[in-house]
Amino acid sequence: MLVLIRAVIGRDLRLAMRRQADIVAATFFFIIVVSLFPLGVGPDADQLRKLAPGVLWVAALLATMLSLPRLFADDHRDGTLEQLALAPQPLGLIVFGKVIAHWLVAGLPLVLLAPVLGIQFDLANDALAVLTLSLLIGTPALSGIGAIGAALTLGVRGGGVLLSLLVLPLYVPVLIFGAGAVDATVSGLGPQAHLSLLGALALGGVFFAPWPTAAALRIALE
Amino acid sequence: MHWNSLGDFLAMGNHGLYVWGSVAVMALLMVAEPMLLRRGRKKLVARLKRQLRAERSEARAASEPLTTTRRSHG
Amino acid sequence: MSNRVINWFRYASPQTFYPLAGKLIPWFWALAAIFGVAGLSIGFLLAPTDAQQGEGYRIIFLHVPASWMSMFIYLVMAFWAGTGLAFNTRLSGMMASALAPTGALFAFLSLWTGALWGKPMWGAWWVWDARLTSELILLFLYIGFIALQAAIDDPRRADKAGAILALVGVVNIPIIYFSVKWWNTLHQGASVSLTKAPSMAAMMLWGMLLCALACWMYSIAVALMRVRTIMLERERHTDWVRALLGERE
Repeated sequence: MLVLIRAVIGRDLRLAMRRQADIVAATFFFIIVVSLFPLGVGPDADQLRKLAPGVLWVAALLATMLSLPRLFADDHRDGTLEQLALAPQPLGLIVFGKVIAHWLVAGLPLVLLAPVLGIQFDLANDALAVLTLSLLIGTPALSGIGAIGAALTLGVRGGGVLLSLLVLPLYVPVLIFGAGAVDATVSGLGPQAHLSLLGALALGGVFFAPWPTAAALRIALE
Repeated sequence: MHWNSLGDFLAMGNHGLYVWGSVAVMALLMVAEPMLLRRGRKKLVARLKRQLRAERSEARAASEPLTTTRRSHG
Repeated sequence: MSNRVINWFRYASPQTFYPLAGKLIPWFWALAAIFGVAGLSIGFLLAPTDAQQGEGYRIIFLHVPASWMSMFIYLVMAFWAGTGLAFNTRLSGMMASALAPTGALFAFLSLWTGALWGKPMWGAWWVWDARLTSELILLFLYIGFIALQAAIDDPRRADKAGAILALVGVVNIPIIYFSVKWWNTLHQGASVSLTKAPSMAAMMLWGMLLCALACWMYSIAVALMRVRTIMLERERHTDWVRALLGERE
């Protein structure tokens, strides 16, 4: 089982490395969106500190959105997906591997960039640490839940826009607990409660979401 | 009866705009929805009938040799 | 006993359900009208003024039923979606797609009446109250469901994809609701809750329940109307639809 998952992750990472331009574009999208906010609302440090968690988190949701359509589309086009669906191994496990690979390619860069971008918003060190930690815990949930939407809109016309329509409302709890953790740190409440709930969402998203995703893929392949 | 006059009823204690605004939109949409459905259904039935008729006359034309004159059907 | 089981499955086929629905629709309209007239006359003519909110509170006779229906319809929709996936019946998917627009309508009405209530009570058209916010997200979920089904041409695939989305949504709704509630208490949003009218007299409760029943009957009637249209459209190549159309010529 682990071998299978590792094989899927390895394969997806190799494919992603061949098309680095996509990863770079989504990452720069994240950087640019976050950097636009101070230009829009003014450079007042107090205000920026207050906005930072929400802005970074919303930008992370949108950046994830950008890379989701690719999750299954290429495999669908070249027929790999059909073979994977016919394989004796459960499709859910394969999806699980793909979700992990997607997080490594699309989620992890956001986590690594977050502290740098947080400095633009004049966040204190503890808030920066919690922001990064919240993104580290929360972005896997984004990949997991997003996979359901990606599978449902596979091969559907207008898929990209539709995908965001389906998935963004489902991201609301992740956004609330993720940005809330940073807010709670800033206001001195401590982020533990938020981070534990975020962890629960991430576990749910990564371990349960592959099964409805697999069902949606089978429907798309019929 | 709670109200003394029609004017009182319509004024709703100075909240008339809000109360009647809610009532009006809710009533409008709840009347519009079934009406739109009825119209959509009528259009669909008309379209399907047209298709059915076209199919039938095509099938008829195909089953008849070209040389025979058309008889009128019932 | 076995007879009854067979009967139920008989009604699950579009061919028998179509005329049955046609016969039932007028009855549901009649019930909706009766409950509506009764509920509205209690709410708007008989119920006393609320001590705190004045006459403006009468919006709850519209707002609360609309909110209840929007949530309840999503549950029913998810139930049909689940049966459709489990038993692969044609009717279930059609029922789910027939319910979605009505659910979205009630979600919108709930927001609209909520805003018109909020203005005199809170002094703002919109406050980020936990209930209003969740209702807004519920409306987004409905719109997503409708958009997904509209984007897929093959009705069987549209049904199944919609079913998965509805089931994922129904699992998420409580999570969304509690997260929004948590978020709201931390940010100290509005303290007045819409549904907690200060002194809920028995008469108010009756008015509200009757209005909710009226909305319920309305939803059934409208959903049956819509499901009949969907049936005709999808089954247009079957013999029974042809016979039905031919009969009317």
